[in-house]
Amino acid sequence: MSAKVITVTSGKGGVGKTTTVANLAVALALTGDRVVCIDGDIGLRNLDVILGLENRIVYDLVDVVEGRCRLRQAMIRDKKLSNLFLIPAAQTRDKNAVSPSDMVRVCDELRPDFDWVLIDSPAGIERGFRYAIAPADQAIIVTNPEVSAVRDADRVIGLLEAEEKGSPSLIINRLDVNMVRRNEMLSAEDVVDLLAIRLIGIVPEDDRVLIASNRGRPVVLDEAAVTARVFQNIARRLKGEDVPFIDLGNRGLWSRLFSGRR
Amino acid sequence: MNNAVRLKGIRDGLLVSLSHSQWGEQEKALLSYIDARPTFFAGARLAMDVGQAVWRVKELSALRDALSQRQIYLWAVLSESPVTEKTAQLLGLATRLSTRTGPQRRPTRPPAEEPNVHWVQKTVRSGVRIEAEGHLVLIGDVNPGGEVAAAGNILIWGRLRGMAHAGANGDAGAVIRALELRPQQVRIAQVAATEIRSSGPAQVVLEKGIIRVQSLNSQEFKVNHER
Ligand SMILES: Nc1ncnc2c1ncn2[C@@H]1O[C@H](COP(=O)(O)OP(=O)(O)OP(=O)(O)O)[C@@H](O)[C@H]1O
Ligand SMILES: [Mg+2]
Repeated sequence: MSAKVITVTSGKGGVGKTTTVANLAVALALTGDRVVCIDGDIGLRNLDVILGLENRIVYDLVDVVEGRCRLRQAMIRDKKLSNLFLIPAAQTRDKNAVSPSDMVRVCDELRPDFDWVLIDSPAGIERGFRYAIAPADQAIIVTNPEVSAVRDADRVIGLLEAEEKGSPSLIINRLDVNMVRRNEMLSAEDVVDLLAIRLIGIVPEDDRVLIASNRGRPVVLDEAAVTARVFQNIARRLKGEDVPFIDLGNRGLWSRLFSGRR
Repeated sequence: MNNAVRLKGIRDGLLVSLSHSQWGEQEKALLSYIDARPTFFAGARLAMDVGQAVWRVKELSALRDALSQRQIYLWAVLSESPVTEKTAQLLGLATRLSTRTGPQRRPTRPPAEEPNVHWVQKTVRSGVRIEAEGHLVLIGDVNPGGEVAAAGNILIWGRLRGMAHAGANGDAGAVIRALELRPQQVRIAQVAATEIRSSGPAQVVLEKGIIRVQSLNSQEFKVNHER
């Protein structure tokens, strides 16, 4: 077995990368796959908080890279899911502490033992973005239905294409169907139309996302939430299943997705 | 003295010319030249003339990373190799100095004399710039923040939502055509215009110094086509 390494990135900050990594990691682990996520946001770590693992951190990614511990020692096992691990970011260092080749080395060491390595990229297109995408087999772009976020996503897709990373997949996060209906927000169709890459998920605006994150228990574990199903479906699509999109009320996209054009 | 690396100040920062013929040697020479004078280069905008050396995407992006670690911003790569030019374009780097530095000063040279067509099939995304010496045919959209420029005409078989500059060396007879026009800006020769709109196929021309949009569903098309 060799893991697939997926980097979640966006260009613009605050669009939901960390939320996506946490929820997809849990969703994939729930299917029985072995999953490790790496917090690539050195200096601003928070994947540990969202996964509820902050109190268990002893070593971090920078300790591994700088040889202060073995990789295994920096891997924190999830409280409930024994097949889910986190490699946290260092909080007291900055992005210069890690290089693209460091990330490639770390991921190569993880590959034989896992099905998925998910990397949470920092915002921006500078050094942190570069090392986060260096080991990726595939990238997922997270964006919001908002002009500036989409513009940055487009820029990042261009950079990924230039790095010969292939075409990334797209998750549109925080879509508010009512706002779209009132023409106050870009529709998913508008976003897909511009970015022209494969859409693998539309995540609705949902207060439970924040509440769940604050509790250290990603929303995907909340069985009553539609958003949980949305993340589960994205995980299944990553695993190669052909899962229909949940109807959040965004009609336009429907005809589009099923008329053969992506 | 170091002949492998020649340095020159230009309007837009620094220009280094590298004399080796292989990318690997050029990279080594440049980095050791820089590392010998780190304070001089820190914060510089750098254009790099690599002559005929062939640089591929991995190599050039690694060099750009190495430069950015030294706080040097690589913005242009000048090359005689089409492979290297393509690489630079893919990485969103300029391949000529003049086009990034404000108004054109070059004498008018009608591109019609050399009917050289650059054919590109991709989405020109934000941050990417594609340039053509002759005419440019793009099969794909130009997204907001993306730019296409040509000394001759530009034909976009897609939507223009970014920037397009036809007649970039001064040819006022150059035209831009696209299936849909919602550009951030269009330029023909030295004239620029914003707020250009057409929901169907249309062309942008310069008429008596004013940029105009002409719809392309009628006879007009044929006439103009033979321009
Ligand atoms: N679908 C959603 N509905 C409501 N709130 C959300 C949703 N997705 C994310 N948020 C909230 O948006 C904020 C930013 O999310 P997150 O930290 O995941 O973004 P990020 O892209 O990782 O940010 P950064 O660039 O700073 O790393 C958080 O408070 C999160 O709870
Ligand atoms: Mg984050």
